Amino acid sequence: MKGQVMTQLADKNTHLSNFSQFDQSAGHAPAWLDSLRRSGIDRFEQVGFPSTREERWRYTNVAPIARMPFKLARYDGQGTDLLDRYSFGDEAASELVFVNGHFVQQLSKLGRLSRGVFAGHLPDALDSRGQQLEGSLGRLADVEANPFVALNTGFIRDGAVIHIPRNVEVDQPIHLLFISTTSREPAVSHPRVLIMLEEGASGTVVESYVGGRGLYFTNAVTEISLEDRAQLDHCKLQQESGEAFHVSTTQIRLGADARFVSHAATLGAKLSRNDLNAVLAGQHADATLNGLVFIGGEQHCDNHTMLDHAEPNCPSHELYKHVLDGKASGVFKGKILVRSGAQKTDSKQTSKALLLSDDAVMNSMPALEIYADDVKCTHGSSSGPVDEEQVFYLRQRGVGLEAARHLMTYAFAADITRRIKVERVRRRLEEYMALQHGLPLDLRINDLASHDEAVKQL
Amino acid sequence: MTIEPLLEIKDLYARVAAPGGREILKGVNLTINAGEVHAIMGKNGSGKSTLAQVLAGREAYEVTGGSVRYKGQDLLELSAEERAREGIFLAFQYPVEIPGVSTSYFLKAAVNAVRKHRGQDELQTKDFINLVKDKMKLLHMDPSFMNRAINEGFSGGEKKRNEIFQMAVMNPTLALMDETDSGLDVDALKTVAEGAESLRRDDNAILVVTHYERLLQYIVPDIVHIMLDGKILMTGDKALAAKVDTQGYDWVDRQARQVG
Ligand SMILES: Nc1ncnc2c1ncn2[C@@H]1O[C@H](COP(=O)(O)OP(=O)(O)OP(=O)(O)O)[C@@H](O)[C@H]1O
Ligand SMILES: [Mg+2]
Repeated sequence: MKGQVMTQLADKNTHLSNFSQFDQSAGHAPAWLDSLRRSGIDRFEQVGFPSTREERWRYTNVAPIARMPFKLARYDGQGTDLLDRYSFGDEAASELVFVNGHFVQQLSKLGRLSRGVFAGHLPDALDSRGQQLEGSLGRLADVEANPFVALNTGFIRDGAVIHIPRNVEVDQPIHLLFISTTSREPAVSHPRVLIMLEEGASGTVVESYVGGRGLYFTNAVTEISLEDRAQLDHCKLQQESGEAFHVSTTQIRLGADARFVSHAATLGAKLSRNDLNAVLAGQHADATLNGLVFIGGEQHCDNHTMLDHAEPNCPSHELYKHVLDGKASGVFKGKILVRSGAQKTDSKQTSKALLLSDDAVMNSMPALEIYADDVKCTHGSSSGPVDEEQVFYLRQRGVGLEAARHLMTYAFAADITRRIKVERVRRRLEEYMALQHGLPLDLRINDLASHDEAVKQL
Repeated sequence: MTIEPLLEIKDLYARVAAPGGREILKGVNLTINAGEVHAIMGKNGSGKSTLAQVLAGREAYEVTGGSVRYKGQDLLELSAEERAREGIFLAFQYPVEIPGVSTSYFLKAAVNAVRKHRGQDELQTKDFINLVKDKMKLLHMDPSFMNRAINEGFSGGEKKRNEIFQMAVMNPTLALMDETDSGLDVDALKTVAEGAESLRRDDNAILVVTHYERLLQYIVPDIVHIMLDGKILMTGDKALAAKVDTQGYDWVDRQARQVG
């Protein structure tokens, strides 16, 4: 018992001592931000890392993260190779680049935004809209709810802030690119994102988390506030290194008639855990959560989602698809909470897994908690190998075994990928899938769009 | 000079590839020469589809005896896709639905896999479109089918027509048509049969599995076989098909027992 307490202390101490170092070097911050950080680190000190004895963490053991003596990641001037690979170039309205958690102005592309729209890093936002931030930052992501949120909150400094004012529409995506470079010692970064859309505003935001090689830990928190009639199309693409840990929480609040669409894709990291919580806090708010997990080897990915129906007449839709190869393991826990006043809730949840090997494991758990009587909630989940009959049909026409498996995988994932509006994200997913299967060029999906166009002319 | 048959099946045995899987083919002998059309008839469950699937390389069946030579090589050595690339085409009795994969995209991949195997350049989208255009006309296919997922939501007849359309595009050396006529209305039957008939050449062959003589009035067979309980029991000309149509199979059984 004593030994256990000791190791737990050691685990926490890594981050507590990171904090004192951070605190000394962080420079001046407004008092409210200072106390927000304090509340985060205090909470983390109090609870430490979660254990698998807790229901919410039953299927994901974070001991490997807790044990590792992570140093706070620094900007080392590296990362331009990854930037070249993952930048949206001209296809982004604005691209904020963070390397190892630090905003890098000279790699970012700012500007060209409509008047009043802000996309920048936290210190700039503090200068131009400090009061608004004080009322928003840390309001949705509760430090009490999740130790990783608490830990992230303790280290808020350099995050991304996006603000779209009333009735303004931003057409092109705003890209937040979080790059982790290889360092000699395992390092941790705590990316923080705050997205605020005022009444009737609309936009598209893509968060990319990418890394080259090596062991590191990304602990991200995103808060999204959508006021009445606001619309956000949100993509989160996780392509961390194969040895990395990735933990994220995305907390969304939707006002009346607001619309939120999430496309969350997990390709990288050895261990990843994503919590995605949407509160439908106004009538006729509409939330769609789409997820794609494409992992292999010994990767583990755990997605916990929550659709909190707090008001009547809200539809929500959720579709998560998992492609698991090798010894990969996937966890999906989708909770739908319908509060007592939330009559006429219409919620549909589906989770599907395609198992490409006998050793891959999927755990899928719907959780419905309903306190209203006039609601429609459905859920379904399925998991199974590639259909042998379908593969034979393709092979019988000359398509090789690997290519046939790829086509099947592509088809399985297409439910998700074809709904992604941001071309860059879709293409990246497709390229990744093609690469995993050592796909011959004639089967690349890249030219599919032009192919479809040509066929339409028939 | 003797010409080698296109396909030569000798004493072929096959069973379901599972522990304790039952034996379905019990000594099939069949020789098909280039330029010929063969028909196989026979009761439900006699093994006709199994024979077609085994020839196409379906791994759900295990060959336990006998041999199959195709174009002078050991067919059983080849994988399903290699057989397809060597010109074997199976029009499925029950075409499979594959949600999410568009027909046109799949067919382009298939055509190019075969071309690559033959050392030909891959078709670009434009050339591919030209190729399928003609074949769609031939089979009165609605172009919108090309954009739909393979067989997904197709009616029974549409699926069969789609099989023959694909067959026309692939232009096989040995076409195995497994009950392509069942589920087709009279007009569709005619269209499909004409489509198949147009593929006949001196250097290819067609093996038709059917229950009805009607199809054979359009695709006229050179040779008709009757299959029963995993064996070919009787072989004749097209008159045999007519006799089955009017008299059923009982007499075949009886005659076989007398002979046996
Ligand atoms: N994979 C399988 N597993 C178990 N039994 C099988 C399998 N495939 C075929 N059979 C059995 O083998 C027998 C022959 O089947 P097959 O489909 O070849 O018949 P068929 O001659 O094509 O019949 P039909 O005229 O009804 O199409 C049937 O009894 C069938 O149930
Ligand atoms: Mg059959």
